[in-house]
Amino acid sequence: MNDPTEPLLAVRDLRVVFDTPEGLAVTVDGLSFDVRAGETLGIVGESGSGKSMTSLAILGLLPGRAQVTGSIRLRGRELVGLSDKEMREVRGNEIAMVFQDALAALNPVMTVGDQLVEAMAVHEAEGGKDAWRARAVELLGLVGIPSPEQRVEQYPHEFSGGMRQRVMIAMSIANDPAVLIADEPTTALDVTVQAQVLEVLRTVQERTGTTVILITHDLGVVAGTADRVMVMYAGGTVEQAPVDGLFHDTAHPYTRGLLESLPRLDRRPDEGRLRQIPGSPPAATALPQGCRFAPRCPHFLEDPCARSVPEPSVVVAGHVAACHRLPELLGDR
Amino acid sequence: MSTSTGIVAAAADQPTPTVATGGARSILRRFARHRLALLGTVVLLGLMVACYGAIWIAPSPQGAQDLVLGPTPPSGAHLLGTDDLGRDFLSELLFAGRISLTIGLVVALIATTVGTVLGAVAGYAGGWVDEVIMRITDLFLIVPGIAVLALALRGLGSSPTTIVLVLAALGWTYIARVVRSQVLSLREKEFVDAARVIGASTPRILLRHLLPNLAGVIAVNISLATAAAIIIESTLSFLGFGVQPPRTSWGNMLSQAAGLVGTDQVYLLYFPGLFILLTVLSINFIGDGLRDALDPQAKQL
Repeated sequence: MNDPTEPLLAVRDLRVVFDTPEGLAVTVDGLSFDVRAGETLGIVGESGSGKSMTSLAILGLLPGRAQVTGSIRLRGRELVGLSDKEMREVRGNEIAMVFQDALAALNPVMTVGDQLVEAMAVHEAEGGKDAWRARAVELLGLVGIPSPEQRVEQYPHEFSGGMRQRVMIAMSIANDPAVLIADEPTTALDVTVQAQVLEVLRTVQERTGTTVILITHDLGVVAGTADRVMVMYAGGTVEQAPVDGLFHDTAHPYTRGLLESLPRLDRRPDEGRLRQIPGSPPAATALPQGCRFAPRCPHFLEDPCARSVPEPSVVVAGHVAACHRLPELLGDR
Repeated sequence: MSTSTGIVAAAADQPTPTVATGGARSILRRFARHRLALLGTVVLLGLMVACYGAIWIAPSPQGAQDLVLGPTPPSGAHLLGTDDLGRDFLSELLFAGRISLTIGLVVALIATTVGTVLGAVAGYAGGWVDEVIMRITDLFLIVPGIAVLALALRGLGSSPTTIVLVLAALGWTYIARVVRSQVLSLREKEFVDAARVIGASTPRILLRHLLPNLAGVIAVNISLATAAAIIIESTLSFLGFGVQPPRTSWGNMLSQAAGLVGTDQVYLLYFPGLFILLTVLSINFIGDGLRDALDPQAKQL
């Protein structure tokens, strides 16, 4: 904590394995990344790439049959292997989470005020019931809910989708967490409301200085919100870069494939159809031997791609990609 | 923005909201809107006041006989008439109601509490805990209730306490199964994950986050169980296994009057039956009202 160069959250060699009837399912494999205090890290990947498993591992909420190895350090404190009681202290207090579907994540029979108060009561926050109540109103105001004094008495079903997501955000920051994990916070919302909710996240971050991990499959959301981006594929990270670097100096073939599959306003429709990445991601029970992306990669070479897992190598300072053919790829740009 | 104007207006009445009053107030308001439930509450409260206050309210003391008078039909002096021993029937009914109502309410509370706790633990814990608790409820469900009751009461003596314990022991299984099934579905809901994410412990999740979702089910069960217990107690007493004279309950008053069918004193059979009917109906209406009132998503009519 005292060392300013030390990242707020450091994940090293994280591996999450499930023993299934079909064999060992490796959902996260050798994942390493840092989150620095105050930044917004976007984690991008397809369904099944291990994004949500990573966030559950950070919160210590994976089911008991999951085998978690590696290291997750928050301000230098190791979280892997903490007891359930110790982990409960961390959850909600130091690391909080915003869910995708706010209606499902809010208790239908508790008023939003009671739920906000509950978040503080669990951690016996300073003050007491009246102070928590006042803070609940203040939090609703902070996330941009009009007339919070009245809304605090209402139930989740009396809120619209965007308003519910704001309530979720208010709940997550009730105890001033150091890290806020937002797991697809806008996926269930209309596009116009998405922008508002992202704006709320940004405001909250400015006011509280909290660090945000934004998990999404939407590169557009990342482009507008994140400072740095980590692209995940088949349980590992393929590329990490500052957000501008990722979009302008795209290094990894998978990231390039993702960007080429997006419709773009600055490209004329007669320049051809949108490209897609052939094939589909490997099953967690049958990861390829070498590079995870090798079977779908347009730059595939038998040696070394099928032989060994590529190590992350530096593209420019702060921008790394895990690809054997990085020199050739960067050369042909 | 979807705004229910009714609630906004109600909330605006009180500019300084305090903890939990919003929820409690709207529950009361929704309950009051249910006419039959309100009527049931009034009738049940009236019955309870009359029965538990029988010492002061009843026209004659308990068991006061007037052998010279003997059986009389309802009259100004004795509103519901008198029985063979010249006892004022209304007074007897009120005193008997104390035992019937107490048995009904206590049995319902014990059975619902035990059933809710065991059902919630079974549903949330799963695994062998669930397996053991559910096999025990199966055991209670397959035995024929009336036969067990009759045997148990013969063996243990039929004091009201024994009757309560035996009825509760047989009654908790139903609510345990209902609560378990509800918890099984609720625990997969995302708001349970959300509660874990804010750092809530398992007991806290069960008590503060899951239990309020079961309030409707529990309220309905308490009402049904009370009614059922009153009826079973009456049945047992009617059959002679229940409350024994000189203690009286509505059930054994029915049983004593049963011999009067076909005579001109048959009205003695109607009154205990009517009291049982009124009580059970009121309680069922209250249960209905509570179920609607405790569901915040119920349509505001």
